[in-house]
Amino acid sequence: MRVKAAAYPYVAWALLLIAIPLGLIIYFSFTDSAGSFTMENLIQVGGYSNVLIKSVWLSVISTIICLLMGYPVAYIMSRSSAVTARTLLLLIMLPMWMNFLLRTYGWMSILENNGLINQFFGLFGLGPFEMINTQGAVVLGMVYNYIPFMILPLHSVMTKIGKDVIEAAQDLGAGPVKVLSEVVLPLSLPGIKTGVIMVFVPAVSTFIISQMLGGGGNQLIGDIIELQFLGNAYNPNLGSAISLVLMLLVLLIISVSGFLNDDDLEEKLL
Amino acid sequence: MKAFARTYLGVFMAFLYAPIVVLIVFSFNESKGRTFTGFTGKWYAQLFSDAAVMDALFTTLVVAFTASIAATVMGTAAAIGLEKMDSRLKSGVMKLTYLPIINPEIITGVSFMLLFVVAKNVLNSVGIPFQFGWITLILAHITFNVPYVILNVLPKLRQMDGSLVDAAMDLGCNHWQAFTKVVIHEIKPGIISGFLMSLTFSMDDFVVSYFTTGAKHQTLSVLIYSMTKKRVSPEINALSTIIFLVVLAVLIAVNLVERRNINRAKNARKERQREGGSFR
Repeated sequence: MRVKAAAYPYVAWALLLIAIPLGLIIYFSFTDSAGSFTMENLIQVGGYSNVLIKSVWLSVISTIICLLMGYPVAYIMSRSSAVTARTLLLLIMLPMWMNFLLRTYGWMSILENNGLINQFFGLFGLGPFEMINTQGAVVLGMVYNYIPFMILPLHSVMTKIGKDVIEAAQDLGAGPVKVLSEVVLPLSLPGIKTGVIMVFVPAVSTFIISQMLGGGGNQLIGDIIELQFLGNAYNPNLGSAISLVLMLLVLLIISVSGFLNDDDLEEKLL
Repeated sequence: MKAFARTYLGVFMAFLYAPIVVLIVFSFNESKGRTFTGFTGKWYAQLFSDAAVMDALFTTLVVAFTASIAATVMGTAAAIGLEKMDSRLKSGVMKLTYLPIINPEIITGVSFMLLFVVAKNVLNSVGIPFQFGWITLILAHITFNVPYVILNVLPKLRQMDGSLVDAAMDLGCNHWQAFTKVVIHEIKPGIISGFLMSLTFSMDDFVVSYFTTGAKHQTLSVLIYSMTKKRVSPEINALSTIIFLVVLAVLIAVNLVERRNINRAKNARKERQREGGSFR
């Protein structure tokens, strides 16, 4: 028996349950409910371009906020002792282990019109402020749920920057700002790239956060897809066409970024 | 600078834990509203007598364990075979393997749904019973778990000294014996972390389960989703609290075991040094 035969069951499995399902998305995109060829679905996707643009826009904002908020955390972690860094890492990962639906539900009770923040403002006779069911709430939900995906790759890149490199820069007269801008920032670029993709991809395709925090008025492209498959609008052909467009968009961004060409790909994906 | 770093981390952690603290506090609230009216444990009692919750918990555990075990076996075999494969074929298979990881979850979920709908129509038309439920959930979970096993095992295979296998075969092992006596011990850490990763992803998964679940059995996350739509019962808070405490306990236990192992390794090294000294 040849050793490589050990992979054959998986190869068959991958063809059947990874390749064929994606092939079905393409097939359904180009057919109508009777199964004959049509371009109608893809033309209809154009009608949702507003939603698609909104999804991309809110995800871009969330990704930028994640980077701005997460970078200092990763930087502080990389400059603290091994024990502190480890504890901080655990504290950041711990909420991720709790189902994200529950955590988002927690935000609902904080942001609601009779929620905690508005109750607090109510003590001073202020408000209630409309916080839930806004775009801001959706961005908050995205940032909250995905910021660990930004911090983890940043952290793993920054811990690899040797102390000697930073000390060398300091010896050569660089102040804290210069060390950050001339040494740490350029060396952490690969981590930024990974983090940006790991936040943007789930954010642009979410359909739960927008439903729970955005109310009915902030539908994103993921919500539209869900409606075509499990909602009242049942139309898997249109749903497939929208999925195809979203998938191509994501794969395009990933391939442009060169995310899949690096040698340490396995490490990044885990 | 130090004070600034501390404050920043404090604010960040408050942001991270705010919704969790809120969930826990309101799990003990007497009334269903958003104001705290008195302490009670009744939501916990209700939770455990809720048949739907208990059924969902059972479904989640069965699906997660079945799928992780199957994925670990298939993924480990796949990694070993892939290592020996012609590199062009290997890179093709690996591209396919990355797809479920990099694709948005909703696309993976939807593509499974399409497959199972088509499979159902085809199979039912020839008289084979097939419907959404356990089987679709487990097939889908195995599929999104295998890539993580492969990605965990492959690096361990690459780090392994290839001559170990040659030595085993020279000593009379066949391929299978070389695997069970040598290879599996070398790659064990990769297999274990692949299995644990599969288990956590399976238990935590919502999106794929949502698109592949049947009418009868739901996973816990799908049930939670329907509960959040109703927005009334603090049972969901009680459930969150329990899940949080279980996770916390597991993480602390893992951490303690790791720390003990590190200390043990340190002591052993000291011991060896001392012994080495006495020989001189």
